Amino acid sequence: MSEVKYSKEHEWIKLDGEEATIGITKHATEMLGDIVFAELPEKGSNVDKDGTAGVVESTKAASDVYTPVSGEVIDTNQMIVDDPSKINEDPEESAWFFKLKIKDKSEMDSLMSKEEYEKFAKETSA
Amino acid sequence: MNIKKTSLNNLHIKYGAKLVEFAGYQMPIQYKDGIIQEHKYTRSHSGIFDVSHMGQLFISGGDDLTNDLEKIFPADLKKLKTNQSKYSFLMNNKGGIQDDLIITKTSDGFLIILNAACKYNDYEVIKSKLDNQYKLNLDESLSLIALQGPEAKNVLNKVIPGCDSLKFMNGNNHVYKNEKVYITRSGYTGEDGFEISIKNSDAETFVESLIENGSKLIGLGARDTLRMEAGLCLYGNDLDNDTSPIEANLKWAIPKSRIETEFVGSEVLKNQFQSGVKKLRVGIKPDSKVIARGNTKIYNDKNQEIGKVTSGTFGPSVEHPIAMGYVDNSYSTVNTKIFLEVRGKKIPANICNLPFYKKNYVKGEINV
Repeated sequence: MSEVKYSKEHEWIKLDGEEATIGITKHATEMLGDIVFAELPEKGSNVDKDGTAGVVESTKAASDVYTPVSGEVIDTNQMIVDDPSKINEDPEESAWFFKLKIKDKSEMDSLMSKEEYEKFAKETSA
Repeated sequence: MNIKKTSLNNLHIKYGAKLVEFAGYQMPIQYKDGIIQEHKYTRSHSGIFDVSHMGQLFISGGDDLTNDLEKIFPADLKKLKTNQSKYSFLMNNKGGIQDDLIITKTSDGFLIILNAACKYNDYEVIKSKLDNQYKLNLDESLSLIALQGPEAKNVLNKVIPGCDSLKFMNGNNHVYKNEKVYITRSGYTGEDGFEISIKNSDAETFVESLIENGSKLIGLGARDTLRMEAGLCLYGNDLDNDTSPIEANLKWAIPKSRIETEFVGSEVLKNQFQSGVKKLRVGIKPDSKVIARGNTKIYNDKNQEIGKVTSGTFGPSVEHPIAMGYVDNSYSTVNTKIFLEVRGKKIPANICNLPFYKKNYVKGEINV
């Protein structure tokens, strides 16, 4: 059974065993507007919790994408590089950003549940 | 500081605008459709822009007004016919641009459209340079609505019949709901279009009638991507106090008849006409999908810094990143290979011609 959690930087993370899939939330895409560019980490590279792991750009501005947990990048989603508008269309399913082999599962503990994130997103965007 | 609202504020909210502060005003950055859809709608149909934050400065009184204004602006105002408009500049003594503006000759003087962030300062500068001799009215009882796009003339003609006979960069008085409106054929998108100066109290119903006839409200976000594709400058980004019209590649806006005459900044411009300039505004097209925003540093192939980007975005109609900026003049030739430093990486790009998107204006008669 997979577990989905959320970060304060508006990433979602889905954990299946040791494999974590990471993307940005629907709320994040609504704040960003039309996404026109995505840059992803390199396969095989290591990323550290809360470190920069990519970039998204809307017509208005560039924003860093952070990784909510540490690990080794085992896959990236070329689809969103080729067509960044997919991120606006389906941010929490097919338009995931990268997959990690997670280093320390306890890093998941400090992240928010869906309910907690929704409350957080509502409060911070008000 | 109090944030001002335009007469269309309620309408912006009604149509789902995301509001931001811009130049002291609460303005719509986008509506529900988002920047890309709004941009494309303007190019394919027509878009309505609330530009009421911009200054509408009316100057009148006195036979010497044209002469005195020519001492300020490098435009050929003597040759301007009534209702004809010219793009010009308010400069400082160093030839730097304090504002870029449109001057239109009216029946009793001139109307100058000023950038929102500059208008109060412009007013003071112009007033003092005119020695308080004339009547100046920065009229805030008027709204300014731009209607842009290939369908603009059909939409506007349904609401205000007869306006489609206007030529590009010309204006005229029309009537809407028994009130006078002043319409010019001009714009900031690279499309055919109009700017309508209308009483604040009539602005909302006027815009609703444009919407009923098939147009849509467009936010400042798409206004920015549209003007960048059209290669047009945004004051504060691409033009500033330290940049002259020659450096900004806007030499075309200084008529030859004025080069030898005196106006604020004329010494510097004359020199630059004769000896050239060190830096020049150019169009920039990155090779890849990477977007270079304002302040991105520009390098040559020897890793020497040669300039910086002043505006950059993704162009929704050209479907590619676009930018403009200033480079050392020796690198300003089209197809010169340059490198843009984005997030620590050097991204290859080329100097290219402006505009990125080909203009579609209705040409007027050449009156020069």
